[in-house]
Amino acid sequence: MGAIQVNDVTKRYKDVPALDHVSVTFELGKIYGFLGRNGAGKSTLINIIANRVFADSGEVLIDGIPASENMAVHDKIFCMSETDLYDRDLKVIEQFKWTKRFYTDFDMNRALTLSEKYRLDVNKRFKALSKGYQSIFKLVIALSLSVPYVIFDEPVLGLDANHRELFYSLLLEAFEEGDRTFIIATHMIEEVSNIIEEVVLIDGGRILAQESVEELLESGYSVSGAAEEVDGYCAGKNVIGYDELGGLKIAYIMGKKNALPKGSDLQISAMDLQKLFVKMTERSIK
Amino acid sequence: MNVNSNTEKPIFIQIAEQLEDKIFTGVFREETQIPSTNEISALLSVNPHTVLKGMNILVDGEIIYKKRGLGMFVMTGAVEKIRRKRKSRFYEQYIAALIEEAKKLQMTKEDIISLIERGYQNGSHSGQ
Repeated sequence: MGAIQVNDVTKRYKDVPALDHVSVTFELGKIYGFLGRNGAGKSTLINIIANRVFADSGEVLIDGIPASENMAVHDKIFCMSETDLYDRDLKVIEQFKWTKRFYTDFDMNRALTLSEKYRLDVNKRFKALSKGYQSIFKLVIALSLSVPYVIFDEPVLGLDANHRELFYSLLLEAFEEGDRTFIIATHMIEEVSNIIEEVVLIDGGRILAQESVEELLESGYSVSGAAEEVDGYCAGKNVIGYDELGGLKIAYIMGKKNALPKGSDLQISAMDLQKLFVKMTERSIK
Repeated sequence: MNVNSNTEKPIFIQIAEQLEDKIFTGVFREETQIPSTNEISALLSVNPHTVLKGMNILVDGEIIYKKRGLGMFVMTGAVEKIRRKRKSRFYEQYIAALIEEAKKLQMTKEDIISLIERGYQNGSHSGQ
């Protein structure tokens, strides 16, 4: 079974630790949501996987091959990143031709079809594209490659709602074509919550959770009602946060839901992925 | 079809229920093919594994079956099976919930019976 395996990776920038003994596995054949707040270590880990930055210690294996052996893993992985690595003066069509030279798996016809779907003008120079269309250009390249592992770092940045929806449906279409893995690093958690199968949650340079979306959603819930009653219910439970509105109190709890006492006026509800993320990462800010 | 992330109900169950409802109301007829996992996944922007999980509930319930190399088909007798299942759940899903709410509102059994009669009268006016 193929996978990207991150084994005990540590990275410091001067004295600031960015990644602290991180181990995580991205299996082949799944769509992952790679979530974390700004500065959590997301981009550092992505850059190490993509071999753009070197880890201080630990290693990354792609289908068992060290990611640092560039040529051997070249045809296995592609990373669409937020930062621009493209020649700003080249036309879109020329960029496609260059990509074809570097990646034999690049499907030119597909790139042109996708450009049409997104109404991306291939005769424009990169620098003449709007912010949103620069993102679309990078997405078209990523979606036109049939490498097994594709990482999308903030893929929908600057895209309007129509283009975001189009991206998600094209992503699913590309996913269904074969055994491949997509890793989506994003802040738009609600938008991807139905698309991703697994969540890798990073916070403060450490992996906070790696679970299926379903398991993660079952691991937390909220209870609301009169403050005293909520406090009574919460005794001995792992409460990760509160909200209060006048006499109404909402507690966010990690752990299995247990039934409310008979005749209780409390209300139990599920937390959505975004709420869970916010509450889980809020706690760790000092 | 559509899914709602803001409810307690997991997405795969929502998908199973909606497919079942489409079969029950005759949108997908017995012995005809239903849309593929990929088609539903693209339509709803939902992970194909989640869609498959929903479909498997219907496979386990013998509502649909897989024809090798072709896709999923509605079983003969599926509609009747769904009808029986829904009838058996009618009590807990509607009657028990109705009585609970009525008690909160301090309504009597007679109040409810007269409301049900009114509902049937109104229904017959609208040609039901």
